[in-house]
Amino acid sequence: MTVNGLPLARPEGRPLDPPPELAEIRARAPISPMTYPDGHEGWLVTGYAQARAVLADNRFSARYELAHLPYGDFGRLPPAPAGDISAIDPPEHTRYRRLLAGAFTVRRMALLAERAEEITVGLLDAMAGQGPPADLVTALAQPLPGLMICELLGVPAAEREGFQRHAAAGILDADVTPEDAYRAWAALSEHIGALVPIKRAAPTEDLISDLTAGDLTDEEITGLGVFLLGAGLDTTGSVLARGVFALLTHPEQFALLRADPGLVEGAVEELLRYLSIGPCGLRTALEDVEVDGVLIRAGQTVTISQPAANRDPARFPDPDALDVRRDAAGHLTFTHGIHQCLGQHLARLELRVALRGLIARFPTLRLAVEPGDVPMRDEYANVYGLYRLPVAW
Amino acid sequence: MKVIVDEERCVGGGQCVAAAPDVFDQRDDDGVVVLLDPAPPHERAAAVREAAMLCPAAAIVVVDT
Repeated sequence: MTVNGLPLARPEGRPLDPPPELAEIRARAPISPMTYPDGHEGWLVTGYAQARAVLADNRFSARYELAHLPYGDFGRLPPAPAGDISAIDPPEHTRYRRLLAGAFTVRRMALLAERAEEITVGLLDAMAGQGPPADLVTALAQPLPGLMICELLGVPAAEREGFQRHAAAGILDADVTPEDAYRAWAALSEHIGALVPIKRAAPTEDLISDLTAGDLTDEEITGLGVFLLGAGLDTTGSVLARGVFALLTHPEQFALLRADPGLVEGAVEELLRYLSIGPCGLRTALEDVEVDGVLIRAGQTVTISQPAANRDPARFPDPDALDVRRDAAGHLTFTHGIHQCLGQHLARLELRVALRGLIARFPTLRLAVEPGDVPMRDEYANVYGLYRLPVAW
Repeated sequence: MKVIVDEERCVGGGQCVAAAPDVFDQRDDDGVVVLLDPAPPHERAAAVREAAMLCPAAAIVVVDT
């Protein structure tokens, strides 16, 4: 049975659950033929094992310009802008990835733990001073990843407020027009671009300085910086906001963490699995490829639904239950294959520190509005977020 | 058990280091895997298998000996 475009509508009253059609499609065929809105005959992958197989197979390209889009009427995408390494293939991808990967190793991220804790304490102090109530999105979820990226890239302290303002304005939402968001990103790009020659002349202990030591041009370094910002700001902030919402609407899970903060590490993996980050990933076959008995022809686009794969009962028993004690390792929220999230250990660090800090500081944390009144940001569908998360304590 | 890593395939995801830090490390300059213990003791088998399962680039092979 052919699917007609990627289902996006969530079930009534369950704003964190995937569209129910995805489970039906997965039960029927974890790799299903799908007609794309532009008429392309491609595929939809909803099974965990099948999603992993496609994502790990380099006969599928990640290039935007080859893909047909599974929802909306945006037409086709242009090639990735300079520095966006999520949408290029080897060997080009390998070169850039290796230049960046050293800055995101498990060891380097562990060295940032103390700084993440200091930043979090500062943000939670400010939140306590202003509330209750408070908006957790503006108080913590947005600024923490922004400040950590400033730290990593080497944005000087005096410039961080302006940088943060542009970063917040660049996240598309109801109050932000695409033109405003574009201008905010242009300003961020200019800001990073201006830092590169300064760091080249007088290197400091940060990523931009490290990158100037190689043979990259200023333009390449600027592009990579902008890409890292785009990859690390709204993503982690959205998981944090939605993660806290998930915990506060599952008070028994929140109580488990309060009783044993040692569960936070596993809870972060479970929240990543439970929430996913966006509706899908896209790959296009460069040659005919057989996956799990299905022949995918060269040129066909494959849409990989992480929300469906992360809730595949064949991999995660009772998948729709949020269970902070479950072993959720192997979820596909950071995707799989050579494009797996470079900043995943930074994201984990931020999420762990933020959750531990919140629970310790505000053990009586609760929603300040009815769950149905928390405004979900689903429609700008690259990254699922929250407009606001009103909390009290 | 014997562990083999493929540096060419490795994309520096660091999943192995997080899963079994006594067996895997990463190079500082490019994040590529460094095998600390090619023959880990039996009691580390589960962690090493988890590392191989999580590796996004299938760069870790575990051979039973």
